[in-house]
Amino acid sequence: MRLLKLVPDNTNIDFLRWRKLASFMSFFLVAVSIALVAVKGLNLGVDFVGGQSVRVEFTQTMPPIDEIREKVGDIGLGEATIQQFGSDKAVSIRTALPDGDKAAAERAGQQLVAGINAAFPTAKTGSVETVSGKVSEELLRTGAISLGLAILGISIYIWIRFEWQFGVGALGRLFHEVSLTFGLFAVTQMQFDLNSVAALLTIVGYSLNDTIVVYDRIRENLKKYRKMDIVPLLNLSINETLSRTVMTTVAMVLALGMLLILGPDVIFGFTAAMLFGVFIGGYSSVLMSTPVLVWLKVGPDSFVPRTTSGMEGGERIERKDDGAVV
Amino acid sequence: MLDFPRWKTIGISIILLLGILFSIPSFLPEKTRDSLPSILQAKVNLGLDLAGGSHLLLEADIADLRKTQLTNMEKTVRTAMRGDSGPDDDIAIGELSNTGGKISFLVRDQAQLDEARERLFSETQGAGLTGQRDWNIDVVDMTRIVLTPTNAGQAQAVANAMDTARDIIDKRVNELGTREPTIIREGNDRVVVQVPGLENPAELKALIGKTARLEFRMVDTNADPAEAAAGRVPVGSEIVPYAEGEGSGAPFEVLRRQVMISGEQLINAQQSYDPQSNQPVVSIRFDSGGSSTFAKVTAQNVGKRFAMVLDGKVLSAPSINEPILGGSAQISGSFSVASANALAISLRSGALPVKMTVVEERTVTPELGADSIRKGAIAGIVATVSVLVLMLVVYGRFGVYACIGLIFNVFLIIAIMAAFNATLTLPGIAGFVLTIGAAVDANVLINERIREELQRGRKTFQAIELGYSEASRAIFDANVTNVIAASLMFWFGSGPIKGFAVVLTIGIVTSVFTAVTVTRMFVAHWLRTKRPTSINI
Repeated sequence: MRLLKLVPDNTNIDFLRWRKLASFMSFFLVAVSIALVAVKGLNLGVDFVGGQSVRVEFTQTMPPIDEIREKVGDIGLGEATIQQFGSDKAVSIRTALPDGDKAAAERAGQQLVAGINAAFPTAKTGSVETVSGKVSEELLRTGAISLGLAILGISIYIWIRFEWQFGVGALGRLFHEVSLTFGLFAVTQMQFDLNSVAALLTIVGYSLNDTIVVYDRIRENLKKYRKMDIVPLLNLSINETLSRTVMTTVAMVLALGMLLILGPDVIFGFTAAMLFGVFIGGYSSVLMSTPVLVWLKVGPDSFVPRTTSGMEGGERIERKDDGAVV
Repeated sequence: MLDFPRWKTIGISIILLLGILFSIPSFLPEKTRDSLPSILQAKVNLGLDLAGGSHLLLEADIADLRKTQLTNMEKTVRTAMRGDSGPDDDIAIGELSNTGGKISFLVRDQAQLDEARERLFSETQGAGLTGQRDWNIDVVDMTRIVLTPTNAGQAQAVANAMDTARDIIDKRVNELGTREPTIIREGNDRVVVQVPGLENPAELKALIGKTARLEFRMVDTNADPAEAAAGRVPVGSEIVPYAEGEGSGAPFEVLRRQVMISGEQLINAQQSYDPQSNQPVVSIRFDSGGSSTFAKVTAQNVGKRFAMVLDGKVLSAPSINEPILGGSAQISGSFSVASANALAISLRSGALPVKMTVVEERTVTPELGADSIRKGAIAGIVATVSVLVLMLVVYGRFGVYACIGLIFNVFLIIAIMAAFNATLTLPGIAGFVLTIGAAVDANVLINERIREELQRGRKTFQAIELGYSEASRAIFDANVTNVIAASLMFWFGSGPIKGFAVVLTIGIVTSVFTAVTVTRMFVAHWLRTKRPTSINI
């Protein structure tokens, strides 16, 4: 049986040649993402701004958004944010926290549901969420803390396991990935809620998975080919791990794609963000996290002290086909 | 590679078999599961977003609690100074004030200062582990005693109040008769209430929301109804509105401000039937202190009415037909069984020691939950199958081993979740799918490495050996970072996100086991028995 090879044997692409372009692209995209978040803002869900959110499923497709807006306005909870949500029959209706005492906030969710039920008797309210201002502030804070800690913790781990340059590379990459994902949320105006933070944390974890595989190979090759220049060595490492990068990305895209298409529409945004993360993860592994090492001057001596401690037993064998580009 | 010791094979097989065995109950319908031995009863719980139900986060009003604490101490001071054995025993005090978070009063006779202090000291209690009391008693200017709650005392008061509040909420929620509610304290001043299957939380909230104190107060019969309607009431009285749906037309009652008996003195309240008329009534019973007060008041006020006030609203204002001396009374009126029962529950569930507000509420209907499960299951199966096919097409025989590992992985995740009684949430399903994708990564790493080593001209055995050993390092490092991310989600995340983190963490551990150890066992067996000289990978 002939097996499928996603990447042909002896693939040898000079990825590092594009490192300036790729770095420019990355900086540009990060800048655009930050600008987008600043200008368009994130469509923060009730988890982070407080308020009431109701998921309503209508019997007809394409529910009349304007009419809903008008009717919800009549309930007296202020301007509503109304968004198509997953399936084409469901919308999410969101209103801000009411002014006044805590009891008013407590009642608001009920009021909203009752108002919607009265205005649209055939529509079904699937889920109701009410979050107070205080809780939403806490959720926002813990969300930000956990994201920051994850990025920091993982970078420190890489620094300890590898060298400081690798830790910096990982940190840069994570910043890149997280910024771009924020950019995605700003462009699409998908609701940014607690699930989105989980998606971001997953992207952070997964993306490092990728980086580590490439970095591990670089570490190995640095010990194996002591005389090789850093640029060809990095190219060699990327090419050697390329088929794995492609294969895993395909597997992840397959799995998450199925979840996106067939899965519950309630977690559509969650899945979409993770899928996006897998794509940019593939790009970063090849074109972003490795060139950083050139600037940070990783060299053949980077791991010398460690080889004597017996941590790695790198053999020195010459490849039949060296694959290096000089 | 070849020397895969027998004990290892046996150990791995046992783990895999246990995995399958313990994952089965989660797939069985409830009835079948109930007939299994108890060790096999454990199953994966469904989160509220899948099962449908209500999640409420309640927060205590600590400022209110502090106020109550001070007011109670004020009362204690009065009682303590009055003494037990008649007027001779009294300590004359004055200028009793309760401001700025402290109680302060003047002892008129300086000679009694120590005695006053003594009496108050016996009213305080130890708080915390440092031997601190819950109140500081200071003498100021040799005439004045100032009582301030200590930090330890305040903390203990909060802790006690929260424990009581949790128990009361527990009792109230159970009155609803729903299945398996979860009521747990969270942090310092919060209680989480989760009720699966509950579609409309209004009832639950109303029940929990009845937060204020229950009080028994006299109706002021001197008040002129016309004057009262205009908002003018006699001194010492106030207008108290009826609770929604109560009062049969009357919007309010004029009540004496003084509280006759407080809710804590009520022991029980139950719906029952009047033996003569067979009408539904509410029977109430007081403790000894409440009984004697109630006896005294009812004896003095036959023909008048008293009111039961909950949350600042009048629940009912029955007439006193006769003195009630035994501490038990029947409240009759135009009750239906349901309304009598409702009043009994309101009375019985008593007072929360502290005001609680709903600060977060999430409700998912069972239909939406069921829809999520169905779609999630379909997506999960299709995702798994497509990844399996991909592995087969790309790696052939080694793909088969990877697939076997992956299938065992699915069972192991479910088994471990069931064993820990973990909760599967909607993001958890996503975590499951993600784990499937990530689990094959380990096999991809190994298999790609084997391909590489073969290309370098290594012999079959050596290539496979190197494939496993060299890839393991990267697999380990990569999974540690995932665990870091997942554990942060677990510590900081709430509800559904925790569910995601749990699945992810379990998945990471099991996938390393199945993708590396289990496939290795199969490969070793194949190598030993078939001794292939070349492999197709």
